[in-house]
Amino acid sequence: MQFIQQLINGLTIGAFYSLVALGYTMVYGVLKLINFSHGDLFMWGAYLGLTGLNVLLALLPQAGAWAILPVVIIVMTTVALVGVLVERVAYRPLRTAGRLAPVISALGVAFILESLARNIYGASWKTYPTGITPTGRIALGGDARVSVMQIVVLAISFLIMGALYLFVQRTRTGTAMRAVSLDHDISRLMGIDVDRIIAIVFVIGPGLGGVAGMIVALYYGSFDFTLGWTFGLKAFIAAIMGGIGNIPGAMLGGMILGIIETLGAGYISPQWKDVIAYVILIIILIFRPTGLLGERMAEKL
Amino acid sequence: MALLKIENLHTYYGHVHALKGLNLMVDEGEIVTLIGANGAGKTTTLRTISGLIRPREGRIEFNGQDIHGLPAHRIVEDGISHAPEGRGIFSTLTVMENLNMGAYTLGGDKEAIEENRRRVFDLFPRLEERKSQLGGTLSGGEQQMLTIGRALMAHPRLLMLDEPSLGLAPMLVKAIFHVIREINARGVTVLLVEQNARAALKLAHRGYVLETGRVVLSGTAGELLRDERVRKAYLGER
Repeated sequence: MQFIQQLINGLTIGAFYSLVALGYTMVYGVLKLINFSHGDLFMWGAYLGLTGLNVLLALLPQAGAWAILPVVIIVMTTVALVGVLVERVAYRPLRTAGRLAPVISALGVAFILESLARNIYGASWKTYPTGITPTGRIALGGDARVSVMQIVVLAISFLIMGALYLFVQRTRTGTAMRAVSLDHDISRLMGIDVDRIIAIVFVIGPGLGGVAGMIVALYYGSFDFTLGWTFGLKAFIAAIMGGIGNIPGAMLGGMILGIIETLGAGYISPQWKDVIAYVILIIILIFRPTGLLGERMAEKL
Repeated sequence: MALLKIENLHTYYGHVHALKGLNLMVDEGEIVTLIGANGAGKTTTLRTISGLIRPREGRIEFNGQDIHGLPAHRIVEDGISHAPEGRGIFSTLTVMENLNMGAYTLGGDKEAIEENRRRVFDLFPRLEERKSQLGGTLSGGEQQMLTIGRALMAHPRLLMLDEPSLGLAPMLVKAIFHVIREINARGVTVLLVEQNARAALKLAHRGYVLETGRVVLSGTAGELLRDERVRKAYLGER
């Protein structure tokens, strides 16, 4: 039964990786840019969620768990706006400047966002208000248990990913997004406003990332300013593992990374979980350099 | 009245002066062809008209409106469709999705899209058979059909075709040129860029000969077909 337990834990962490990996992969799709600032946008979701919850619960202490809903919406909107702003200010002017300049610009934005968080909130660990997330556990037979929080997290994550998949596959704007990720000039000749599509990607990716940041913080209860870099890097790796640029790939890559990590930690040793996870990543890349579902090589950074 | 009028157009690729004061005109209902060697500026001319490249100098007038400097997606809305060289199929989108992207400017107007799609399938029944296949799995000829069909999905007034015969077997070239005539007969003005000068001049009403970014010769297709210089340089005669 330990296996089932680890699998559920792995899926939960994997869902977080997937949500964040989507942001990397969508931006890579339309701009062929590794958006290194994405992890820190995700981290800002955690901080803004903290402030939002503290303010709302101070004003309306009886709101309890209901406080989460409006705060999630505010966090999503704010982080999405910051994402659009970052694209406009730091990436768009460099669109024709080759591959390297935008990547460096993205790293610069990452450091700025991280330093801002540390200077504003301090370097210490932050704790989310307690008692607002569901606490129950459900026995699954044997000694395996799934917490209500895990069920909620998984349900929300799958719902978001399913909705995004349908949006990209079935709608006109989603199809245009796939077209733009194949060829900007040809997309323009179709009458697609490529800048607008890229802006939409920078709404969706960081919006999801912000929500994920808040969910992660709610799930773990505490975090610090290194969250963006450590967690973001893992999610980036998940995106590569699944095939960067490929949306179902990011979902799959996140899940696999989460499961490998937890199984490795549970069965072998927590200290060795990263070693195990990355050895498997390297093996996957040796046999499938474009990632599990990727068709094209992520040729340059 | 001229549907498309280009005056003194100068375009640069970085420091390369690709178009050096180009002048040309296309009347409503015509098929006009641009012929010339590689690097003469034929593709650059089309890319400048469709807004992919901004001209440094000069005017492009379409239907009485200045369109130079407009972004490419606006120019499509104004009624110019460009089927680019090398086909430019969205390889991981289905044939249907490729066609729907061609109709992007129609927004959610389902009726108009359906009507245009029926027209395209009427011209290219093969595309209807292949509609749920991925674009990248089509043969060269089918991809060319898709490129032209996709450009027609916006219901353009002016259709610009860049090398539609490139890499196709002679039978297919004939079929494609037949369809171009048919499209023109249904009221779409055509600006055709071709390496295959003989086939293009047989199809077109008028032609322009480009050399190093300038028009060096122009006239009716018949005049150009009989012209000594054209015969020597572009029709392979001695």
